[in-house]
Amino acid sequence: MTQSSATELPGAVPASCDAAAEADQPPSVARRRVLKGALTAAGLVLCLRHSGRIALAGTQKYGAAGEPGGVVDNPLVFVAIHPDNTITVTVHRPEMGQGIRTSFALVVADELEAEWPQVRVEQAPADQARYGNQDTDGSRSMRHFFEPMRRVGAAARMMLESAAAARWGVPVSEVVAEHQQVWHHGSGRKLTYGELAVQAAREPVPEADRVRLKRPDQFRYIGKSSSRLIDGADIVAGRARYGIDTRLEGMLYAVVARPAVLGGKLAHYDAQAALAVPGVVRVVEIPSHPLPALSYPLGGVAVLARNTWAAIKGREALKIRWDEGPNGHFDSQRFETVLQQAARRPAKVVRNQGDAMATLRDAGRRIEAEYYLPFLAHASMEPPAATARIVDGHCEVWAPVQDPQGTRDLVTGLLGLNESDVTVHVTLLGGAFGRKSLADFAGEAAMLTKAMGGTPVKVTWTREDDIRHDYYQAVALEHLEAVAGPDGLPVAWLHRSASPTEDATFQAGAEGEDSSEYGMGMINIPFRIPNVRLEVPGVPAYTRIGWFRSVYNIAHGFAIQSFIDELAHAAGRDPLEYQLALIGAPRRIDPRRLSDEWNYGESPQRYPFDTGRLRAVIERAAREAGWGRSLGKGRGLGLAATYSFMSYAAAVIEVEVGAGGKIDIPRVDIAFDCGPQVNPDRVRAQLEGSCIMGLTLARYGEITFRDGRVQQSNFNDFPVLRLPESPQDIRIHLQPAGFEVPLGGVGEPGLPPIAPALANAIFAATGRRIRRLPLATQLADWRA
Amino acid sequence: MASTLRINERSISVEAAADTPLLWVLRDELGLTGAKFGCGMGLCGACTVHVEGQPVRTCVTPLAAVQGKAITTIEGAGHDPIGRAVQAAWLALGVPQCGYCQAGQIMSAVALLRDTPQPTDADIDAAMAGNICRCGTYPRIRAAIHRAAQQLREAR
Ligand code: FES
Ligand code: FES
Repeated sequence: MTQSSATELPGAVPASCDAAAEADQPPSVARRRVLKGALTAAGLVLCLRHSGRIALAGTQKYGAAGEPGGVVDNPLVFVAIHPDNTITVTVHRPEMGQGIRTSFALVVADELEAEWPQVRVEQAPADQARYGNQDTDGSRSMRHFFEPMRRVGAAARMMLESAAAARWGVPVSEVVAEHQQVWHHGSGRKLTYGELAVQAAREPVPEADRVRLKRPDQFRYIGKSSSRLIDGADIVAGRARYGIDTRLEGMLYAVVARPAVLGGKLAHYDAQAALAVPGVVRVVEIPSHPLPALSYPLGGVAVLARNTWAAIKGREALKIRWDEGPNGHFDSQRFETVLQQAARRPAKVVRNQGDAMATLRDAGRRIEAEYYLPFLAHASMEPPAATARIVDGHCEVWAPVQDPQGTRDLVTGLLGLNESDVTVHVTLLGGAFGRKSLADFAGEAAMLTKAMGGTPVKVTWTREDDIRHDYYQAVALEHLEAVAGPDGLPVAWLHRSASPTEDATFQAGAEGEDSSEYGMGMINIPFRIPNVRLEVPGVPAYTRIGWFRSVYNIAHGFAIQSFIDELAHAAGRDPLEYQLALIGAPRRIDPRRLSDEWNYGESPQRYPFDTGRLRAVIERAAREAGWGRSLGKGRGLGLAATYSFMSYAAAVIEVEVGAGGKIDIPRVDIAFDCGPQVNPDRVRAQLEGSCIMGLTLARYGEITFRDGRVQQSNFNDFPVLRLPESPQDIRIHLQPAGFEVPLGGVGEPGLPPIAPALANAIFAATGRRIRRLPLATQLADWRA
Repeated sequence: MASTLRINERSISVEAAADTPLLWVLRDELGLTGAKFGCGMGLCGACTVHVEGQPVRTCVTPLAAVQGKAITTIEGAGHDPIGRAVQAAWLALGVPQCGYCQAGQIMSAVALLRDTPQPTDADIDAAMAGNICRCGTYPRIRAAIHRAAQQLREAR
């Protein structure tokens, strides 16, 4: 086996090269593009601030600094201390189940020396200039705001100390804040935060570099699992308010008939029968916007009524003729052939080292496999819903949105208002998983209230609307070829990933994965292979492509981790031992050495690819799962490991395949390294949830198109995992890490290893290789 | 049509068409938004309430079918010891993620524990199969039901 040459920097990357390297770092691409609303004479135009294909000028900024709005760490923006000694922490990132309202609050509370039971949370409206970046995706909230939120809490604590010292006329060095009181050592005097609040707010805010943070061993809440969920009591009592729960005085309820085919338009409609439905008040046409789709409403016909049920009945009574537009021919079954052909031809090379093509050509035996993953819908339990009203020219929106500022920009543009005339209140999100990053539904509510002269309107999407008008996870066909050396490890590796790009949602005609998309687990394979060639064919999109939890990592992770399992078996080697050999010795690799210029927008020095950490989660998951133990016929263990969003995840799944392909999962072991865990219980919850979602997409998830239309509609034909199918035992093993280690993401990185671990387990159990998802009925002929 | 409903031990009159699903009466007419809309087809359980103590999917239950019957929604779940025990177990184990499905989950769990105070895993599977959680809180739901059952047993 030849060792790969010069593709990595062994050992630690010296911190001192940071500044220089960052300055000459070529511009890369943010995963999430931002829409800017603008009104032109020609109508509404949403401009791309930057996109996957337009390079940013100037110096590259990493992490939060590279996101629109950047970071704000002013305590006066985020902390309010009330005279009754309660404390309100403003959380500027939307809550969609990841627990950010709890976790940000506990970070602030800890540094502030607040008493947790006294802490309340308020959700910030959309205002990125005031709060910093609010766009909640990419598993970035804690990664980017842990340090700023610490500074917020600590600065507020220092202001309280200064206020107390001034009140007592003593040096500030003699006072200390503890348990929500400030004490004077010498005299034993003390004042509560509530008593100091007014004065403290007038103290100067300490500069960021003067803020005295706690030592990690002084943390009371950070890194502990004991803090109550801030919204827990409201949720279990039915008091928690989601977007769909918004109620305003005099509000009308709307549902919308949208074109079934993307790019379709209303040709003709007859509203007479709809208007005859009791409770229906008005029928309003929503204009369609020319493609690309952006986050614009799809257009169509809205029925406004006195209640949701009347609106639904009214919509059923509409008679509509649609002009299908350019996508009426789209057929996902035929498209699979297009993807296949694209993946079998040379395409745009995104990483090349050695000469993989020559090695493949000259090899006696190539190992080749293709993996197919279909479109997916998010199907968050709360379907899209939004409410809007206009009072005195000011539009207010209440909506469950991941990108509050993007929503505000959208509404500003759609209504032709100034930004200051639009307020977006962020409700709780009843799940989102990437769907609610693009707030077309909020745009609908805004357009409808405008059409109704400002009357409040709530738009509710039915489940059918949600399944049929999603921004879908892209279909993918992954083509892999390898040549094994004498030890069975590959000496050549070719991977072509044929998948429509999310950019096509923003730029008509964009084709093939961009650098942030193949940057998700395809380009940055850290394996010791001398000849590597990675290619990305340009394939078109015929529907709205969006972001689904962990995004392109799903297809890349499934293909690569399945293929490695295939290679191990072909070599007659144990998959665990084989994968560790393929990864090689622990080392820290500069992602640019892997041709990965994106690195999730993070600094390559701060976040190198640490193969030691990858090895460690694999070894941990295997050890905890009892890898190698003998299981009966029809049972097997499968392993998969991925690195995404700056976190390392490995899963071992135990499966039992019964007669007719009945799947039983007695146990899943997940080892996870996201650096230090700020709220370990929520980290565990996210991993449990990622496991269930990963199993859902592995077993059931599939959206298909025919005549341009989505063929699924509801949970009957787009099933998701239910409790009896859930693994009996999910064990989460968190790797310990000190707070000097930079944080990794949590919400997404647990998902990519799940589907390949299941497929590999099925192979171990049955000898059947699953190369297409979902599993569905592929094992129906299996006899136990 | 004017109907009188008994909801959470109170008598309430509403004006709505007889075929209106109870879900929309609760949510739109009465402001009881704890019961959630998830599918509208009896597939997900988000809209579950109790009618005469039995779990019912309100999205497919017409108003006319519940006239005069005792209805308990999530807002009234804390009125009885089983409901309180389930809510407490949910909080103790940190079950909710987004929380959207949890009202329905809790109503199904309370109904289970009322009929089967010491449920087995198989009992839980059967009683909870109709409630979807897209966030994937199933392992904790299972554990929380066992915990609530144990607390209720110890309280007796
Ligand atoms: S909304 Fe009633 S079962 Fe889904
Ligand atoms: S907690 Fe989000 S759907 Fe169940």
